[in-house]
Amino acid sequence: MSRKTIGTLVAGALFGAGLVVSGMTDPRNVIGFLDFSGHWNPRLVAVMAGAVVVYAGMLRLLGPIVRGIRPLPARNNRVDARLVAGAAIFGVGWGLSGYCPGPAIVSLGSGARGALAFVAAMIVGVVAGGALGRRRSGCETPVRSVREA
Amino acid sequence: MLTGFFGGALIGLAATVYWLATGRTAGVSGIVDGALREREVRGQRLAFLAGLVAVGLLAAVVGSPAGASPYPTAVLVVAGVLVGFGTRLGGGCTSGHGVCGISRFSIASIVATLTFIAAGAVTVAIATRLFAAAAGS
Repeated sequence: MSRKTIGTLVAGALFGAGLVVSGMTDPRNVIGFLDFSGHWNPRLVAVMAGAVVVYAGMLRLLGPIVRGIRPLPARNNRVDARLVAGAAIFGVGWGLSGYCPGPAIVSLGSGARGALAFVAAMIVGVVAGGALGRRRSGCETPVRSVREA
Repeated sequence: MLTGFFGGALIGLAATVYWLATGRTAGVSGIVDGALREREVRGQRLAFLAGLVAVGLLAAVVGSPAGASPYPTAVLVVAGVLVGFGTRLGGGCTSGHGVCGISRFSIASIVATLTFIAAGAVTVAIATRLFAAAAGS
């Protein structure tokens, strides 16, 4: 196994652990967050805050040290119809399940009812969406540094 | 709430490790896409996804299984297609736009995050009424 593969395996395990510890693998916590008219569940805000504080802090701390090898992920300020339409379609699916991709894949490992059906359908959607061509994500690293792999 | 913040911090750490290892953003929908379509990085992407699945399995084994979605499977299938398609169209999900993009103060990610939260909130508002009506009839 290459060092990169070990790195992404560790990242996946840490990511999954974060989702389990924070309760985000329970769809009811997500639906509760989106339910502004009922008993609003603010837990997701704490999760996002924790993740953003640590990631933004680490980029700031480590960015200058690894500069040249690991440029900071590029900032994307381009807002277009495709971005908004895609986010809206994702939001509808998110609300209709309580699953976004990460928690759904962790729940697949847990054997939660419905998780396998959701992930299988999600892969179909990814293939269909991917066929429309690639959109740069919110903060994608310049392509050159990816190829240096 | 404290476990929420602590779990979130682990996610931020995971995104840092992923960036250091690959130079890329840890967006789960993009990683799924890469595992399917980019042959030269498939192993790395699959390793990340294997880490997610393994932790889910471990959580279930030690007696902390994830709760199931309250929606019926047929609805979950429709939702799954929408999540997969929408995240590829919009270039990211809760992790790529929500965590990584916002951490970089990316305007596109902030707009995307506000959009999917709003769309999700409207969907939940409609769905809870529909399912309550169906359960009551």
